[in-house]
Amino acid sequence: MPGRARGLGWIGRHDDYDTAVTDTALIDPDVLERVLSTALVGGGDMAEVFAEDAATASALLDDRRVEELSSGRSRGAGIRVVDGETTGFAHTADLSEAGLLAAARAAAAVAREGGDGVRTVGLDPMTSHGRGGRTSPDSVDKARKLELLTRADEAARATGDAITQVQVGCGDSRRRILIANSEGLLAQDEQIRTRFTVSCVANGDTGMQTGFESLARTEGYEIFERHRVEDIAELAATRALTKLSARPAPSGEVPIVLAGGSGGILFHEACGHGLEADHIVKDASVYTGQVGELVASPLVTLVDDGTVLGEWGNFAVDDEGCLPARNVLIENGILTDYMWDWLRARKEGRKSSGNGRRQSYAHLPMVRMTNTYLLAGTEDPAEIVAQTPSGVYVKKLGGGQVNTATGDFVFGTTEAYLIEGGRITEPLRDANLIGNGPEVLRRIDAVATDFDMTPGTCGKDGQSVPVGCGQATLRITGVTLGGTA
Amino acid sequence: MSDELLSLAQSVVAQARPGEGMEVYVTRGTETEVRAYEGEVESLTSADSSGVGIRLLLGDADAGGSQVGFAWAGSLEPDVIAATLADARDNARFATPDPDVVLAVPDGVEAVEMDLWDDGVGETPMEKKVALAIELERATRAADPKVRQVSSADYSDSRVEVALASTTGITSSRRRTNAFLSVDAIAGEGADSQTGTGFSVGRGPGELVPDEAMDDAVLRAVRMLGAQKVPSAHCTVVFDPRVVSTLLGVMASALSGEAVVKGRSFFAGRIGETVGTGGITLVDDPTDARAYGAASHDGEGLACRRNVLISEGVLRMFVYDTVSARRAGAVSTGSATRGGFAGTPGAGCRALLLSPGSKSQDQIVAAVGDGLYVQSISGIHSGVNTVSGDFSVGAEGLLIQGGTLAQPVREVTVASTLQRMLQSVVEIGGDLRWLPGVAAGQTLAIADMALSGD
Repeated sequence: MPGRARGLGWIGRHDDYDTAVTDTALIDPDVLERVLSTALVGGGDMAEVFAEDAATASALLDDRRVEELSSGRSRGAGIRVVDGETTGFAHTADLSEAGLLAAARAAAAVAREGGDGVRTVGLDPMTSHGRGGRTSPDSVDKARKLELLTRADEAARATGDAITQVQVGCGDSRRRILIANSEGLLAQDEQIRTRFTVSCVANGDTGMQTGFESLARTEGYEIFERHRVEDIAELAATRALTKLSARPAPSGEVPIVLAGGSGGILFHEACGHGLEADHIVKDASVYTGQVGELVASPLVTLVDDGTVLGEWGNFAVDDEGCLPARNVLIENGILTDYMWDWLRARKEGRKSSGNGRRQSYAHLPMVRMTNTYLLAGTEDPAEIVAQTPSGVYVKKLGGGQVNTATGDFVFGTTEAYLIEGGRITEPLRDANLIGNGPEVLRRIDAVATDFDMTPGTCGKDGQSVPVGCGQATLRITGVTLGGTA
Repeated sequence: MSDELLSLAQSVVAQARPGEGMEVYVTRGTETEVRAYEGEVESLTSADSSGVGIRLLLGDADAGGSQVGFAWAGSLEPDVIAATLADARDNARFATPDPDVVLAVPDGVEAVEMDLWDDGVGETPMEKKVALAIELERATRAADPKVRQVSSADYSDSRVEVALASTTGITSSRRRTNAFLSVDAIAGEGADSQTGTGFSVGRGPGELVPDEAMDDAVLRAVRMLGAQKVPSAHCTVVFDPRVVSTLLGVMASALSGEAVVKGRSFFAGRIGETVGTGGITLVDDPTDARAYGAASHDGEGLACRRNVLISEGVLRMFVYDTVSARRAGAVSTGSATRGGFAGTPGAGCRALLLSPGSKSQDQIVAAVGDGLYVQSISGIHSGVNTVSGDFSVGAEGLLIQGGTLAQPVREVTVASTLQRMLQSVVEIGGDLRWLPGVAAGQTLAIADMALSGD
């Protein structure tokens, strides 16, 4: 039974959390069984109900004012029927039995084989254990959230007189999900996420510059017991201030040293997306057919791991009811495996790797990354810089984009410096870097010990999901930097 | 149908307590999405959706300031709406009292009524929509022996109805349909793979031109085969209409009065100044029914109108919603945009049009002589900053040599600043294309950009 989730293993790993998933199921198991039977009435290999109840809240401070507190509620179910290579999908905000049955019939419309009559579905509920956070967002006084915003605003402005604008955002979500399918699976999870962001504008003789920093965890408000919002604000403000004296970035191929935790987005774009099985099964990735091959420098061991507690891409079950796992994708430079969801795994006769995710109940699941990171190396980060005669030191990366079929990818710098004579010198204005995944991975010649993770939002096919990226300081012998100088 | 939605919005507004301001945005819609693969339906999605967004104001902007709270929900059930209203009311208590926070007030501008609704979206049987996607995939595979894969061929459509009512007397309702065909082709030769995307867009399935999507995808993928990195240089760059539409969309965020009034735009403080070459006249006109973003009313229920932002190179105005206008001492330009029921209004463009010139793309390439033609860009979000103006994007396209398109180029970037690019426009094409997004596009040539390669 592919993708079968079993929750018992989670108890021991979650004992530092005291919030359990509420006992009330989003949908009664008897109703689920009838809906799944109806979904298969015209035939089909598998039917699935994904129900979700998500509550989000955000507060925004901008231009010294608390501009807006916002609350949102999204509740509904997506029903999927898979018949051979075809998937039918319908979603509804109506969680009544009538609403679910209507969606089930709409999803079933794709099954053309003609059903063999009523199929009975029996569900085997797994014992579910929430991971949640200790401090659930809805238990936090709104005034306390505003205090965090104000503190960050003040800290950012105190960093330098040239800071002219500060925007601080605080957002949280509590997402309850339930997945049931005709193979008998019944799984639930509750995911609590908290995010804090600071954007600054600095104004100087050479124009304006921006700085951004964020903290985002799959936890509740207890994250603010370990992290000071002032630190986040100062990082964002300093980034903007530093760039006021920045010179244009070089144009052309240069050695690059990426700081530990600078974003790790290099691997997300250079190979992460290309290792998602939906691209592989369609031969739309440069990594198709490369398992067992050397695709990167031997210094590269890359892991995608949904189990890292608290990280932004962490969950207890994926959006198909499958347990997350620590999946080694590249080991010492050799491609070991791709990432799989239920549908693509079935095609290859294997199990999902716990990478089936979706933005909401209104979206079909697909193969997505969770927390993707390069294992730390052995070198001293300062030594790596010292041994780079000339190049560019990238302290912080912004976003990126990849074409999986060609392997060409870009990623942007938001804080970078020249390296001259083994020393970090002048700051540089923002620019994109461009490279080809397999080529760049082979050019990594040093990896340090200073591993760190950063959160991000990954967009694919119109769907956004939270992911983590991690890496230690590393050097690439040559990448094209898209500056103007 | 929309009358019913408007009545619903008004019935919620009627629940405002004395001294409260309230704006209620309700929407509902349907969507269909078909993806074809290897002659079969890979996935078929059909759904109805609806939602409500409520802004609630406490206090008086002119006397001590007002506070605004917002809440939304993906449902129009009465109990859900009641809970949403309660959330908005509670949220308002925590906002900073602000002298500029007011709801839109009817300003007497008549809305231009346009027919943006095609019954074909609702009436076309599903089998026919499925057939459009399957045929697009088949035709794309068959179009050229070098096409080795079609990774997706999609048909999608939507119907959306929106109604908005407020305690300040706003009532508006609008509706629109869209239909979309898109295809991703992968061309291959030896170990080389290159990709091309094509699409066709219309109000309904009857307006879609599958060959347009197919030809574009195949041409773009096949002509990139054999692409190489080239040495770094400074050169004139000719951007494809699709890229120009994207670039104008980015420019739009710097023309938002909200960004300007908060000091987050490189255009701030430059009204009346020459910001571009004399050929640049940029208009945001959602009342042009040809535009994908055409709309009768904005996100606060005011009539959309034609706004001339840059005229012959001179910056004339920014677009405003009600609050940003009040902050700036201006009036709303009917340019409130919102991301559906879950978003609050902000100032933005919907239908940018750069006044076209007369030359075709071939004529522009001939006039440029030597440079780079860019058919697609990447990293627009990580490489373009509308505060500093820094511009650096990944690019693929073809070298221009001797006035004609020559060998394909990949893995390079083109860079400059947005400020300098506007001052360096040397050719504006007459080959206008109406494209999805907030801007139409035509071929555009910009001199002296940094091309980074080897």
